[in-house]
Amino acid sequence: MERDDIKEYSLGAQHSEEEGRKIRKNIIKVTILLSVITALEVIVGVYFSKSNDSVSDRAWTLIKYGYIVLTLVKAGYIVLEFMHLGHERKSMKFTVLIPYIFFIIYLIFISLNEAEAVSDSNFPLNGNF
Amino acid sequence: MAGEVSKAIPTKELWEGGRSPFSMSYGKMMMWFFLISDALTFGAFIVSLGWFRYTYPSWPVSDQVFFHFPFVSGHVPLGYVAFMTFILIISSVTMVLAVEAGHRNDKSGVVKWMVATIIGGFIFLGSQVWEWSTFIAGPDGLIETWYDNATITSNPYGPPQYAQFFYCVTGFHGFHVFSGVVINIVILVNAIGGTYERRGHYEMVEKVGLYWHFVDLVWVFVFTFYYLL
Repeated sequence: MERDDIKEYSLGAQHSEEEGRKIRKNIIKVTILLSVITALEVIVGVYFSKSNDSVSDRAWTLIKYGYIVLTLVKAGYIVLEFMHLGHERKSMKFTVLIPYIFFIIYLIFISLNEAEAVSDSNFPLNGNF
Repeated sequence: MAGEVSKAIPTKELWEGGRSPFSMSYGKMMMWFFLISDALTFGAFIVSLGWFRYTYPSWPVSDQVFFHFPFVSGHVPLGYVAFMTFILIISSVTMVLAVEAGHRNDKSGVVKWMVATIIGGFIFLGSQVWEWSTFIAGPDGLIETWYDNATITSNPYGPPQYAQFFYCVTGFHGFHVFSGVVINIVILVNAIGGTYERRGHYEMVEKVGLYWHFVDLVWVFVFTFYYLL
Protein backbone atom coordinates (compact mmCIF):
# COMPACT_ATOMS: atom_id res chain seq x y z
CA MET A 1 0.00 0.00 0.00
CA GLU A 2 1.23 3.46 -0.81
CA ARG A 3 2.54 5.45 2.13
CA ASP A 4 0.50 8.59 2.44
CA ASP A 5 2.60 10.33 5.08
CA ILE A 6 5.14 11.13 2.38
CA LYS A 7 2.60 13.29 0.61
CA GLU A 8 2.34 16.96 1.32
CA TYR A 9 0.62 16.46 4.71
CA SER A 10 3.72 15.87 6.76
CA LEU A 11 6.18 17.67 4.50
CA GLY A 12 4.01 20.76 4.75
CA ALA A 13 4.59 20.72 8.53
CA GLN A 14 8.31 21.29 8.16
CA HIS A 15 9.60 24.74 8.94
CA SER A 16 12.80 26.73 8.87
CA GLU A 17 15.15 27.52 11.76
CA GLU A 18 13.76 31.03 12.16
CA GLU A 19 10.14 29.93 12.39
CA GLY A 20 11.36 27.27 14.79
CA ARG A 21 12.63 29.92 17.16
CA LYS A 22 9.23 31.63 17.24
CA ILE A 23 7.51 28.32 17.78
CA ARG A 24 9.85 27.41 20.64
CA LYS A 25 9.15 30.74 22.31
CA ASN A 26 5.43 30.01 22.13
CA ILE A 27 6.01 26.56 23.61
CA ILE A 28 7.93 28.04 26.53
CA LYS A 29 5.14 30.56 27.10
CA VAL A 30 2.51 27.80 27.24
CA THR A 31 4.76 25.77 29.57
CA ILE A 32 5.08 28.65 32.01
CA LEU A 33 1.32 29.19 31.91
CA LEU A 34 0.64 25.52 32.67
CA SER A 35 3.19 25.49 35.49
CA VAL A 36 1.72 28.61 37.05
CA ILE A 37 -1.80 27.18 36.90
CA THR A 38 -0.63 23.91 38.47
CA ALA A 39 1.25 25.73 41.22
CA LEU A 40 -1.87 27.80 41.92
CA GLU A 41 -4.01 24.67 42.15
CA VAL A 42 -1.57 23.01 44.54
CA ILE A 43 -1.31 26.08 46.79
CA VAL A 44 -5.09 26.43 46.96
CA GLY A 45 -5.36 22.68 47.51
CA VAL A 46 -3.00 22.79 50.46
CA TYR A 47 -4.13 26.00 52.21
CA PHE A 48 -7.83 25.95 51.39
CA SER A 49 -8.47 22.26 51.50
CA LYS A 50 -11.76 20.71 52.52
CA SER A 51 -10.24 19.65 55.86
CA ASN A 52 -9.57 23.29 56.71
CA ASP A 53 -12.37 24.45 58.99
CA SER A 54 -11.98 28.11 58.11
CA VAL A 55 -13.19 27.36 54.57
CA SER A 56 -16.92 28.07 54.42
CA ASP A 57 -19.24 25.98 52.30
CA ARG A 58 -19.68 28.77 49.81
CA ALA A 59 -15.92 29.24 49.50
CA TRP A 60 -15.48 25.53 48.95
CA THR A 61 -18.05 25.52 46.14
CA LEU A 62 -16.17 28.36 44.47
CA ILE A 63 -12.87 26.54 44.90
CA LYS A 64 -14.36 23.35 43.44
CA TYR A 65 -15.53 25.10 40.30
CA GLY A 66 -12.25 26.97 40.16
CA TYR A 67 -10.37 23.66 40.03
CA ILE A 68 -12.58 22.35 37.23
CA VAL A 69 -12.23 25.54 35.20
CA LEU A 70 -8.44 25.57 35.65
CA THR A 71 -8.23 21.91 34.69
CA LEU A 72 -10.21 22.57 31.52
CA VAL A 73 -7.93 25.51 30.70
CA LYS A 74 -4.88 23.29 31.17
CA ALA A 75 -6.45 20.52 29.10
CA GLY A 76 -7.32 23.05 26.41
CA TYR A 77 -3.77 24.31 26.14
CA ILE A 78 -2.32 20.79 26.08
CA VAL A 79 -4.70 19.66 23.34
CA LEU A 80 -4.64 22.80 21.21
CA GLU A 81 -0.95 23.70 21.49
CA PHE A 82 1.06 20.65 22.52
CA MET A 83 -0.97 18.18 20.48
CA HIS A 84 -1.22 20.77 17.74
CA LEU A 85 -4.97 20.33 17.28
CA GLY A 86 -5.43 24.09 17.16
CA HIS A 87 -3.49 24.18 13.90
CA GLU A 88 -5.34 21.34 12.21
CA ARG A 89 -8.30 21.57 9.88
CA LYS A 90 -11.57 22.69 11.44
CA SER A 91 -13.21 19.37 10.58
CA MET A 92 -10.46 17.51 12.48
CA LYS A 93 -10.77 19.80 15.49
CA PHE A 94 -14.50 19.23 15.69
CA THR A 95 -14.16 15.47 15.13
CA VAL A 96 -12.14 15.30 18.34
CA LEU A 97 -13.75 17.98 20.47
CA ILE A 98 -17.51 17.74 19.85
CA PRO A 99 -18.04 14.12 21.06
CA TYR A 100 -16.11 15.02 24.20
CA ILE A 101 -18.08 18.08 25.03
CA PHE A 102 -21.37 16.20 24.67
CA PHE A 103 -20.36 12.93 26.30
CA ILE A 104 -18.53 14.46 29.21
CA ILE A 105 -21.28 16.93 30.08
CA TYR A 106 -23.84 14.13 29.91
CA LEU A 107 -21.72 11.76 31.98
CA ILE A 108 -21.09 14.39 34.65
CA PHE A 109 -24.84 15.05 34.86
CA ILE A 110 -25.55 11.34 35.20
CA SER A 111 -22.85 10.73 37.79
CA LEU A 112 -23.98 13.55 40.05
CA ASN A 113 -27.73 12.89 39.74
CA GLU A 114 -27.67 9.14 40.06
CA ALA A 115 -25.08 9.19 42.83
CA GLU A 116 -27.23 11.61 44.78
CA ALA A 117 -30.21 9.29 44.31
CA VAL A 118 -28.23 6.30 45.60
CA SER A 119 -26.89 8.35 48.49
CA ASP A 120 -30.42 9.39 49.42
CA SER A 121 -31.57 5.80 49.46
CA ASN A 122 -28.50 4.53 51.37
CA PHE A 123 -28.49 7.35 53.90
CA PRO A 124 -32.10 8.52 53.87
CA LEU A 125 -31.96 10.60 57.03
CA ASN A 126 -28.71 12.35 56.19
CA GLY A 127 -29.11 15.98 57.14
CA ASN A 128 -32.88 15.72 57.52
CA PHE A 129 -33.40 14.69 61.12
CA MET B 1 3.95 26.21 9.20
CA ALA B 2 1.55 23.40 8.37
CA GLY B 3 1.08 24.30 4.73
CA GLU B 4 -1.60 21.81 3.66
CA VAL B 5 -3.72 22.39 6.71
CA SER B 6 -3.95 26.12 6.35
CA LYS B 7 -4.46 26.10 2.58
CA ALA B 8 -7.96 27.00 1.39
CA ILE B 9 -8.78 23.86 -0.55
CA PRO B 10 -12.12 23.95 -2.42
CA THR B 11 -14.63 21.52 -0.89
CA LYS B 12 -15.07 19.53 -4.09
CA GLU B 13 -11.36 18.81 -4.26
CA LEU B 14 -11.21 18.10 -0.51
CA TRP B 15 -13.88 15.39 -0.48
CA GLU B 16 -13.64 13.96 -3.98
CA GLY B 17 -11.14 11.28 -3.01
CA GLY B 18 -7.49 10.63 -3.58
CA ARG B 19 -6.47 12.73 -0.60
CA SER B 20 -7.20 12.95 3.11
CA PRO B 21 -10.06 15.39 3.67
CA PHE B 22 -8.56 16.16 7.06
CA SER B 23 -5.15 16.87 5.52
CA MET B 24 -3.74 14.32 7.91
CA SER B 25 -1.96 11.10 7.12
CA TYR B 26 -3.58 7.78 7.92
CA GLY B 27 -1.25 6.98 10.81
CA LYS B 28 -1.78 10.28 12.58
CA MET B 29 -5.55 10.08 12.04
CA MET B 30 -5.68 6.61 13.57
CA MET B 31 -3.61 7.75 16.54
CA TRP B 32 -6.16 10.53 17.15
CA PHE B 33 -9.04 8.04 16.88
CA PHE B 34 -7.34 5.76 19.38
CA LEU B 35 -6.79 8.69 21.73
CA ILE B 36 -10.47 9.63 21.50
CA SER B 37 -11.51 6.12 22.53
CA ASP B 38 -8.91 5.87 25.28
CA ALA B 39 -9.92 9.24 26.66
CA LEU B 40 -13.48 8.03 26.94
CA THR B 41 -12.22 4.99 28.85
CA PHE B 42 -10.50 7.23 31.37
CA GLY B 43 -13.51 9.50 31.34
CA ALA B 44 -15.61 6.51 32.38
CA PHE B 45 -13.20 5.84 35.26
CA ILE B 46 -13.37 9.39 36.51
CA VAL B 47 -17.13 9.63 36.18
CA SER B 48 -17.59 6.37 38.10
CA LEU B 49 -15.22 7.72 40.76
CA GLY B 50 -17.51 10.72 41.05
CA TRP B 51 -20.57 8.46 41.16
CA PHE B 52 -19.23 6.29 43.99
CA ARG B 53 -17.93 9.25 45.87
CA TYR B 54 -21.32 10.96 45.97
CA THR B 55 -23.06 7.85 47.24
CA TYR B 56 -21.10 8.36 50.45
CA PRO B 57 -21.83 11.24 52.81
CA SER B 58 -18.14 11.62 53.56
CA TRP B 59 -14.94 10.91 51.64
CA PRO B 60 -11.30 11.24 52.72
CA VAL B 61 -9.62 14.55 52.03
CA SER B 62 -6.63 13.68 49.88
CA ASP B 63 -4.17 16.18 51.27
CA GLN B 64 -4.51 14.39 54.61
CA VAL B 65 -3.66 11.07 52.97
CA PHE B 66 -0.92 12.14 50.55
CA PHE B 67 1.46 14.15 52.65
CA HIS B 68 4.61 12.07 52.39
CA PHE B 69 7.71 13.27 50.60
CA PRO B 70 10.76 11.08 50.01
CA PHE B 71 13.71 11.72 52.33
CA VAL B 72 11.66 14.32 54.25
CA SER B 73 10.16 13.31 57.58
CA GLY B 74 7.72 16.20 57.77
CA HIS B 75 4.18 16.77 56.56
CA VAL B 76 4.17 17.99 52.96
CA PRO B 77 0.52 17.76 51.85
CA LEU B 78 0.17 17.06 48.11
CA GLY B 79 3.86 17.90 47.71
CA TYR B 80 4.99 14.78 45.93
CA VAL B 81 1.91 14.66 43.71
CA ALA B 82 2.62 18.23 42.63
CA PHE B 83 6.19 17.19 41.82
CA MET B 84 4.88 14.27 39.74
CA THR B 85 2.52 16.58 37.85
CA PHE B 86 5.38 18.95 37.05
CA ILE B 87 7.57 16.07 35.87
CA LEU B 88 4.88 14.92 33.47
CA ILE B 89 4.25 18.45 32.17
CA ILE B 90 7.98 19.01 31.63
CA SER B 91 8.32 15.68 29.83
CA SER B 92 5.40 16.75 27.63
CA VAL B 93 7.25 19.98 26.87
CA THR B 94 10.44 18.12 25.95
CA MET B 95 8.30 15.94 23.67
CA VAL B 96 6.91 19.02 21.89
CA LEU B 97 10.46 20.28 21.48
CA ALA B 98 11.42 16.89 19.97
CA VAL B 99 8.56 17.20 17.48
CA GLU B 100 9.59 20.74 16.66
CA ALA B 101 13.17 19.60 16.08
CA GLY B 102 11.76 16.91 13.80
CA HIS B 103 10.01 19.57 11.76
CA ARG B 104 13.41 21.12 11.09
CA ASN B 105 14.90 17.69 10.28
CA ASP B 106 17.31 18.28 13.16
CA LYS B 107 18.22 14.69 14.09
CA SER B 108 20.44 15.50 17.07
CA GLY B 109 17.74 17.78 18.50
CA VAL B 110 15.13 15.05 18.18
CA VAL B 111 17.40 12.53 19.94
CA LYS B 112 18.27 14.97 22.71
CA TRP B 113 14.67 15.90 23.52
CA MET B 114 13.38 12.34 23.26
CA VAL B 115 16.01 11.16 25.76
CA ALA B 116 14.82 13.91 28.12
CA THR B 117 11.21 12.79 27.64
CA ILE B 118 12.07 9.16 28.38
CA ILE B 119 13.97 10.16 31.52
CA GLY B 120 10.94 12.18 32.67
CA GLY B 121 8.73 9.16 32.04
CA PHE B 122 10.95 6.91 34.14
CA ILE B 123 11.05 9.45 36.97
CA PHE B 124 7.24 9.57 36.92
CA LEU B 125 6.96 5.77 36.98
CA GLY B 126 9.39 5.47 39.89
CA SER B 127 7.49 8.20 41.75
CA GLN B 128 4.20 6.40 41.22
CA VAL B 129 5.68 3.18 42.62
CA TRP B 130 6.84 5.12 45.69
CA GLU B 131 3.40 6.70 46.08
CA TRP B 132 1.77 3.26 45.96
CA SER B 133 4.09 1.88 48.60
CA THR B 134 3.48 4.77 51.00
CA PHE B 135 -0.27 4.56 50.32
CA ILE B 136 -0.30 0.82 51.02
CA ALA B 137 1.83 1.21 54.15
CA GLY B 138 -0.93 3.19 55.84
CA PRO B 139 -0.78 5.83 58.58
CA ASP B 140 1.95 4.06 60.56
CA GLY B 141 4.23 4.09 57.52
CA LEU B 142 5.15 0.40 57.71
CA ILE B 143 4.18 -2.15 55.10
CA GLU B 144 4.86 -5.00 57.54
CA THR B 145 1.96 -4.07 59.82
CA TRP B 146 -0.95 -5.38 57.81
CA TYR B 147 -3.78 -4.25 60.04
CA ASP B 148 -3.61 -0.66 58.84
CA ASN B 149 -2.56 -1.34 55.27
CA ALA B 150 -4.60 -0.16 52.32
CA THR B 151 -5.78 -3.09 50.23
CA ILE B 152 -8.47 -3.56 47.62
CA THR B 153 -10.94 -4.78 50.24
CA SER B 154 -10.34 -2.23 52.95
CA ASN B 155 -8.22 0.78 53.71
CA PRO B 156 -7.58 2.92 56.78
CA TYR B 157 -8.47 6.19 55.04
CA GLY B 158 -12.15 5.79 54.14
CA PRO B 159 -14.60 3.65 52.16
CA PRO B 160 -13.14 0.66 50.25
CA GLN B 161 -13.69 2.45 46.94
CA TYR B 162 -11.17 5.13 47.90
CA ALA B 163 -8.27 2.69 47.67
CA GLN B 164 -9.89 0.72 44.84
CA PHE B 165 -10.07 3.78 42.63
CA PHE B 166 -6.57 4.84 43.60
CA TYR B 167 -5.13 1.51 42.49
CA CYS B 168 -7.26 1.14 39.35
CA VAL B 169 -7.05 4.69 38.01
CA THR B 170 -3.39 5.34 38.80
CA GLY B 171 -2.59 1.76 37.80
CA PHE B 172 -4.23 2.13 34.39
CA HIS B 173 -2.58 5.50 33.95
CA GLY B 174 0.80 4.17 35.07
CA PHE B 175 0.47 1.33 32.57
CA HIS B 176 -0.17 3.87 29.83
CA VAL B 177 2.91 5.82 30.94
CA PHE B 178 4.95 2.63 30.88
CA SER B 179 3.81 1.67 27.40
CA GLY B 180 4.43 5.25 26.30
CA VAL B 181 7.99 5.08 27.60
CA VAL B 182 8.57 1.76 25.80
CA ILE B 183 7.22 3.18 22.54
CA ASN B 184 9.34 6.31 23.01
CA ILE B 185 12.45 4.14 23.42
CA VAL B 186 11.64 2.27 20.21
CA ILE B 187 11.16 5.52 18.30
CA LEU B 188 14.36 6.94 19.83
CA VAL B 189 16.32 3.91 18.61
CA ASN B 190 14.78 4.37 15.17
CA ALA B 191 15.66 8.06 15.14
CA ILE B 192 19.25 7.38 16.18
CA GLY B 193 19.52 4.73 13.47
CA GLY B 194 18.51 7.30 10.89
CA THR B 195 15.21 5.67 9.81
CA TYR B 196 13.36 8.98 9.80
CA GLU B 197 16.20 10.84 8.20
CA ARG B 198 16.04 8.39 5.29
CA ARG B 199 12.25 8.67 5.21
CA GLY B 200 12.51 12.43 4.91
CA HIS B 201 10.25 13.42 7.78
CA TYR B 202 9.78 12.83 11.51
CA GLU B 203 6.05 12.28 11.55
CA MET B 204 6.44 9.14 13.68
CA VAL B 205 7.86 11.32 16.45
CA GLU B 206 4.76 13.49 16.13
CA LYS B 207 2.41 10.51 16.41
CA VAL B 208 4.19 9.14 19.46
CA GLY B 209 4.17 12.66 20.86
CA LEU B 210 0.37 12.69 20.60
CA TYR B 211 0.20 9.56 22.74
CA TRP B 212 2.56 11.06 25.29
CA HIS B 213 0.55 14.28 25.54
CA PHE B 214 -2.58 12.21 25.99
CA VAL B 215 -0.93 10.49 28.98
CA ASP B 216 -0.14 13.91 30.43
CA LEU B 217 -3.70 15.10 29.79
CA VAL B 218 -5.19 12.14 31.65
CA TRP B 219 -2.91 12.83 34.59
CA VAL B 220 -4.11 16.45 34.71
CA PHE B 221 -7.67 15.19 35.09
CA VAL B 222 -6.81 12.42 37.57
CA PHE B 223 -4.86 14.95 39.64
CA THR B 224 -7.85 17.27 39.82
CA PHE B 225 -10.60 14.75 40.41
CA TYR B 226 -8.86 12.37 42.77
CA TYR B 227 -6.38 14.55 44.66
CA LEU B 228 -7.90 18.00 44.71
CA LEU B 229 -11.66 17.54 44.74
